Amino acid sequence: MTSVLYDTPGPRAKRRNALLSVVFLVLLAALVWWIWSVLDDKNQLQWSLWQPFTTSQAWTTYLLPGLANTLKAAALAMVIALPLGAVFGIARLSDHRSVRVVAGVVVEFFRSIPVLLLMLFANELYSRYTQVTSDNRPMYAVITGLVLYNASVLAEVVRAGILALPKGQSEAAYAIGLRKGQTMSSILLPQAVTAMLPAIVSQLVVIVKDTALGGVMIGYAELLSERGTLAANYANVFASFVVVAAVYVVLNFALTSFAGWLEGRLRRSKRSTGAVLGAEDMEEMNPAGVGGTAGTGAGGTI
Amino acid sequence: MFDFLQGYDVLGAFWMTVKLTVFSAVGSLVWGTLLAGMRVSPVPLMRWFGTVYVNIVRNIPLTVIIVFASLGLADIFGVTLGASDFQIQGFRLAILGLAGYTAAFVCESIRAGINTVPVGQAEAARAIGLNFAQTLRLIVLPQAFRAVISPLANVLIALTKNTTVAAAIGVAEAAALMKKMIENEAQTLAIGAVFAFGFVVLTLPTGLLLGWLSKRMAVKR
Repeated sequence: MTSVLYDTPGPRAKRRNALLSVVFLVLLAALVWWIWSVLDDKNQLQWSLWQPFTTSQAWTTYLLPGLANTLKAAALAMVIALPLGAVFGIARLSDHRSVRVVAGVVVEFFRSIPVLLLMLFANELYSRYTQVTSDNRPMYAVITGLVLYNASVLAEVVRAGILALPKGQSEAAYAIGLRKGQTMSSILLPQAVTAMLPAIVSQLVVIVKDTALGGVMIGYAELLSERGTLAANYANVFASFVVVAAVYVVLNFALTSFAGWLEGRLRRSKRSTGAVLGAEDMEEMNPAGVGGTAGTGAGGTI
Repeated sequence: MFDFLQGYDVLGAFWMTVKLTVFSAVGSLVWGTLLAGMRVSPVPLMRWFGTVYVNIVRNIPLTVIIVFASLGLADIFGVTLGASDFQIQGFRLAILGLAGYTAAFVCESIRAGINTVPVGQAEAARAIGLNFAQTLRLIVLPQAFRAVISPLANVLIALTKNTTVAAAIGVAEAAALMKKMIENEAQTLAIGAVFAFGFVVLTLPTGLLLGWLSKRMAVKR
């Protein structure tokens, strides 16, 4: 598509593009030079501040345990949220109006509340009404917040996955005499899960990113809060941010790429029905979208 | 029943949330459109910059970006955005962080919108002699924007919820006040309900209004 917006450049366009490139390069270089000089002024570029990351101690003491906690919370949240999301997604497609409405209200409610509020609230509930020890409480609160929010997002993914299947699938199932529950469990759901896989993997990125909230606001010892401890020890604020951000980028970029690869593979696969939900498809779950309900939450990817 | 609200400026906190949302929405729309323009431009260096920016920023947690704005941008780089005190500085840095983060998603939405414009439109524009900038500004972007109102609505709603992250650097918005209130007051459930209701009130009309608008503005093809 991009090439349609402009012709193959002729001599004048080539000159103009070259000029624009140079101007843009100068601007970028000025920005980089400014960053570099400020960092140099503030002594943030000294090798002694970056050197810890080449030794194993900074990693084994701070970053790897933090990363492990991030991944643990994300994985547990995903594992709990998926079945819950499937239940609510199917409930939203129920033939019974009451079930449909209740599931719809629950899903829309939790999608319109910020994850941070859910975490703060869960944290306070656990401290007041349960026996969860104060060591475990932040993790429980983080996972609860993530599960409530992501289960409702996944419910929409499941619903979209089922609705994206060709109508003939359920018609054929009814024709051979399967009941509603059987059609759902043995025909629609298995295909929908396959179609949903890319969207589910993309949702993992959102979950991994949201764990950082627990570190800053309720003291869960995940990667971002471990960065604080590390920086307090080595006095390398900038370096620690760069390294932690790089870890997140590598991890999430790997997940995104995997989702993209999976999507492409599923779309090419001969055995599928051609219904695949990628991360971008979730954006189309707009307020006026499938089913005409008042959707409020964001798509899968922010 | 709601006497626990006395002594707390709940409306003021939500007003702060609204201000954060509006300013960062405008900022991210401008920056996101520029990024989208770069990503489809004929200059390879700009395309490269747009791609790198979007792929890096999308994959960093917003919390990391906001905390960095406070500890890195303000303390190391001295970017205080002309603020006189800590509160105002946090507010402005949070807007900078939110806008920079959200712009990556706005850019991707607009790029998807550009892809919905039929090839013939751009071909016709080039045939009557418009250059790249004119084609983009007069023909492609106006149609693309009408196609992406509902994805942008989703981004705006996510942004509204994401403003709560500003609490991490001490901006007195809704999440910060809720944290303070549930620590000091006994009515945890009621406080939770009040703040949940506040966000439903903020996001539901946005979704409905922009959903209606996107249907109305859709280019019939």
